[in-house]
Amino acid sequence: MDYSQFGAMIPELIVLGIFLVVFFADLIAGDKSRKCFLTPLTTVLFALGTVAIWVIPASGETVFGGMYVNDSATNAIKAILNIGVFIVFLQSAKWVESDEVAIRKGEFYELLLVTLFGMYLMVSARHFLLFIIGLESASLPLAAMVAFNKNHYESHEAAVKYIMTAVFSSAILLVGLSFVYAFSGGSLYFQDLAVTIQTGSMSGLLIVALAFVIAGLGFKLSLVPFHLWTADVYQGAPTAITSYLSVISKGSAAFAFFIIFTQCFGSVYSDAWEWMLYAVIIATITVGNLFAIRQKNMKRFMAFSSISQAGYIMLGAMAADTLGLASMIFYIFVYIVSNLGAFAVISTIENQTGRLSMDDYNGLHKTNPWLSFAMTLAMFSLAGIPPFAGFFSKILIFTSVTGTGSMALYMLVLIALINTIISLYYYLLVVKAIWISPEAPKVESFRSDCGSRIALWICVAGIVFFGLVPYIYQYCVSSVEASAGFLSMFGV
Amino acid sequence: MGITLPILILAIPVAMFLILGIGGVFMSRKTAGVLGILGMGTTMTLAYIVAFTYFFSGSPEFIVEGVRQQVQLFDVTWLAFTQKLVVNIGFILDPISAMMLVVITTISFMVHLYSWGYMEHEPGFQRYYAFLSLFSFSMLGLVVATNIFQMYIFWELVGVSSYLLIGFFYKLPSAVSASKKAFIVTRFADLGFLIGILVLSYYSESFNFITLTHNPESVLMSTGGATFMGCSALTWAMVLIFVGGMGKSAMMPLHIWLPDAMEGPTPVSALIHAATMVVAGVYLVARMFPLYCVVDASLTFVTCVGAITAFYAAVVACTQLDIKRVLAFSTISQIAFMMVSLGVAYDRPIEGIHYTGLGYMAGMFHLFTHAMFKALLFLGAGALIHAVHSNNYTKMGGLRKYMPITHLTFLIGCLAIAGIWPFSGFFSKDEMLAAMFANHWFWGAWMTMVAGLTAFYMFRLYYLIFWWDENPEYAEHRPHDAPWQMSVPLIFLAAVSCVAGFIPFGELVTWNGEPYHIHIEGAVAATSLTVAVLAIALATVMYRKKNEWPARVKNMWPGLWTAAYHRFYWDEIYMFITHKIIFGGICRSIAWFDRHVIDGAMNGMAWITQKTSFAIRGMQSGQIQAYVLWYFLGALLLAAVTWLALI
Repeated sequence: MDYSQFGAMIPELIVLGIFLVVFFADLIAGDKSRKCFLTPLTTVLFALGTVAIWVIPASGETVFGGMYVNDSATNAIKAILNIGVFIVFLQSAKWVESDEVAIRKGEFYELLLVTLFGMYLMVSARHFLLFIIGLESASLPLAAMVAFNKNHYESHEAAVKYIMTAVFSSAILLVGLSFVYAFSGGSLYFQDLAVTIQTGSMSGLLIVALAFVIAGLGFKLSLVPFHLWTADVYQGAPTAITSYLSVISKGSAAFAFFIIFTQCFGSVYSDAWEWMLYAVIIATITVGNLFAIRQKNMKRFMAFSSISQAGYIMLGAMAADTLGLASMIFYIFVYIVSNLGAFAVISTIENQTGRLSMDDYNGLHKTNPWLSFAMTLAMFSLAGIPPFAGFFSKILIFTSVTGTGSMALYMLVLIALINTIISLYYYLLVVKAIWISPEAPKVESFRSDCGSRIALWICVAGIVFFGLVPYIYQYCVSSVEASAGFLSMFGV
Repeated sequence: MGITLPILILAIPVAMFLILGIGGVFMSRKTAGVLGILGMGTTMTLAYIVAFTYFFSGSPEFIVEGVRQQVQLFDVTWLAFTQKLVVNIGFILDPISAMMLVVITTISFMVHLYSWGYMEHEPGFQRYYAFLSLFSFSMLGLVVATNIFQMYIFWELVGVSSYLLIGFFYKLPSAVSASKKAFIVTRFADLGFLIGILVLSYYSESFNFITLTHNPESVLMSTGGATFMGCSALTWAMVLIFVGGMGKSAMMPLHIWLPDAMEGPTPVSALIHAATMVVAGVYLVARMFPLYCVVDASLTFVTCVGAITAFYAAVVACTQLDIKRVLAFSTISQIAFMMVSLGVAYDRPIEGIHYTGLGYMAGMFHLFTHAMFKALLFLGAGALIHAVHSNNYTKMGGLRKYMPITHLTFLIGCLAIAGIWPFSGFFSKDEMLAAMFANHWFWGAWMTMVAGLTAFYMFRLYYLIFWWDENPEYAEHRPHDAPWQMSVPLIFLAAVSCVAGFIPFGELVTWNGEPYHIHIEGAVAATSLTVAVLAIALATVMYRKKNEWPARVKNMWPGLWTAAYHRFYWDEIYMFITHKIIFGGICRSIAWFDRHVIDGAMNGMAWITQKTSFAIRGMQSGQIQAYVLWYFLGALLLAAVTWLALI
């Protein structure tokens, strides 16, 4: 075996390196001292790692006999996930110092870095075995993270629900993959599957396999009807974990979904999975919206909002071409800053006052104008109001879908647009509570911690500038186009 | 000539606008006023330098073998939409733009100075000066535009600044509605302008004035014989562009905004609604004159519109009570005069002689002289209003003893507009009438009649203000001449009105740059002078001393008098069309549709959404067994449905 092949896995090695440093630092340091330096150490190391991933160009190599690939598209995806994780670190800085968690904060960072490592593998894998390893290492530690508030009953309940569903979905996914394995005559390489699964070979077995793979990945993306765990888990988990789940975990699964379905099953796109995805997207956007309307708890509210957003993200997979992936990357990038901006506000208010209900936000602008401002921008961006980034990401993902020109896809975009109007209603409920509601503010005025403030500034800057600065979308397009090997494998 | 001066001419007013607009609240009135006046004074000096260099330097850049050239001092690409669609911003220097530079900066400076006295006690003094600067900038940008699109942009900017200044007393409902009326009517006309620009540039593929006007024949060819409703595309384009000019220059039937615009401060009326902005339409026709020449029909349209408007406005002016309204209608009438003069100037030889140059030159000449004496009259009216605190001449009378300076300057203005030798109006009017007679005797006779009416109503106004019968209220509140800031502009403009007629205008401003030798046409001059003197004599008999004649004349034709007093009911016609037909007929049904069908659909959708949302809430039961069951059933259902659909 040629060990130099590991050299191609630069992003993974960087994350692994950070993990090891944090792990040993946590192990060696005494209880008193680790309180002080662990958070800045991890944050700074991670920031440096993120910059390194941005800066070091992708080798474009395919190593381990084709199991793993590192090209500019996967690199861009990882860099964007990293930015999200960095913001999560910033906004959780206060929470990890709380009495209950402080002693275990090393574990929080370690678990998070391991799941991130798994997500990297999910994106870079070109073999289902490696993919499953990545998926499991991204899922199982998350259960521990959901249960992180171990003195809280809700946190336990959420973890149990999460792990039950995760195990079940893995089982479904593996059943589906075993059908695929049978089909392909003994190979789980994406490129082999792309050859063996051809339109002519359409059968019930393949359809069941596809449905099960969609279901298995749909769990991570919380697509309807595989989403039922989402609200309970989001509500029960610590807010930092919730924001991580809703953004990073979801984003990586979306990329993996896109890669698997275009590279393995690209040739049966129009026959089978296009219509499955079509139905699932409509269900996801609509049901997510319908539930979001009724929520009063902010974390549950964000759970359903993120379900609905996942439907929009998957529109990029519907397009299944260069622009589809580029607009999906851009959408997720914008979604990261918008959603994390909202979560930063929610977690700051929760950390300071323990309040989580939408009614608690009434008249917030009188006591905390800056938080109100950031929350408003985040809501506007999520709802897709110009000139904020969310508007442009929606526009781009819609145009990528309609670019293929079929009538059915126009209908899909129309339904998505109608749902945008519904989503406007509930996003504006938050804005209304903050600015218009005449009640006396329940949240007293406070100064938020440094980490949250930096996180909020990053998110606000992203919301305002990502849409207006054309460079970012061009970066997404060019990095996808640069991955020539990636494109050549498209069966569509 | 470099580009420093032209850029400064535009930059100083816009800088003044920004400084006074943003920083005005932190300044005292005196600082703001002095800043505004100094800024405008500098601009005026620079504009004089540019214009005098152009006219008198004899530099080969500007004059080649006795022919004055059109020079683009700069012309930079501003917006390049596509290869063909490029909008430039530049500075053109040719006889008419150089003349307009002088007119605009002179009047604007006089108004700046005058306003210092006139607006002294008004709140928002700084804002007023900021708006004046904005207007000056826009108007200068309009006249130096190198292309029709730039002109359109500044055209809208003058519209905005006019709107802002008419509505300056924004607490008066009448001022607010007048400003809205002015804006809406002129915007409506600008729609025609815009369509005209689009049609013209669609065929000619150019916005540039020089490209367009140097080869009018090829522009005509480029339309390729396209016609619409029997007229060629170019005719339509030119007529539509002229519609924009009709709006700004208050030609019938788009004149209704100008009399109401007198709600603005009087110096503003002098600057915008007498001397500069309202002649933008004339300037527009002059700027594109070669194009108008190749399509006769459009020039005939210009002539007819002008002739009707001139007569109409002159008749209405004979009956108004408000001195500013009289002057407003007089302005409409005089601008129409210029329009007719341009309209009759088309290139057709009459008995072997080309009269093209005469009408054009005379129109521009009158534009210049009219700007001076009409600004003088308005500023004089301002001084009267300042003294008497009323716009109505029934509150005046016998003022000559109290306000000698105003009296004398106003009289000079009246003599100039009536066309009495040797005042400036005589020369320009005589040339215009000569051009009209040269075209057709009818136009000449018709416009001579209008000139007679002009002399009559102006002297009616003059006698009613300064003679007639003294208002008894003077005893309590003795009127007096205005402070020096207001008197100086009056005296200056009066002096200009006395001597401007002797400017050798034909040597300076002609349609093709070649000098045109003016010679007074004896017969025409004698006729117009006789008519003017007779009209003045009639006014003297009727209005010099308080008597029964005016009432008797009024009672002779009560219907005519009332109709003229109500401006022949144009406003009422507009009200009927907008309120009854457009609002009542069209808008109401659209509003019904909006309220019931569109809102209803939206409310229905919201209702369905809420109900569905309530109905499916049971799905989220909180039980993990149920969740997993849904999950599994969902996956199976997905497979089953696809299978059934495909196999």
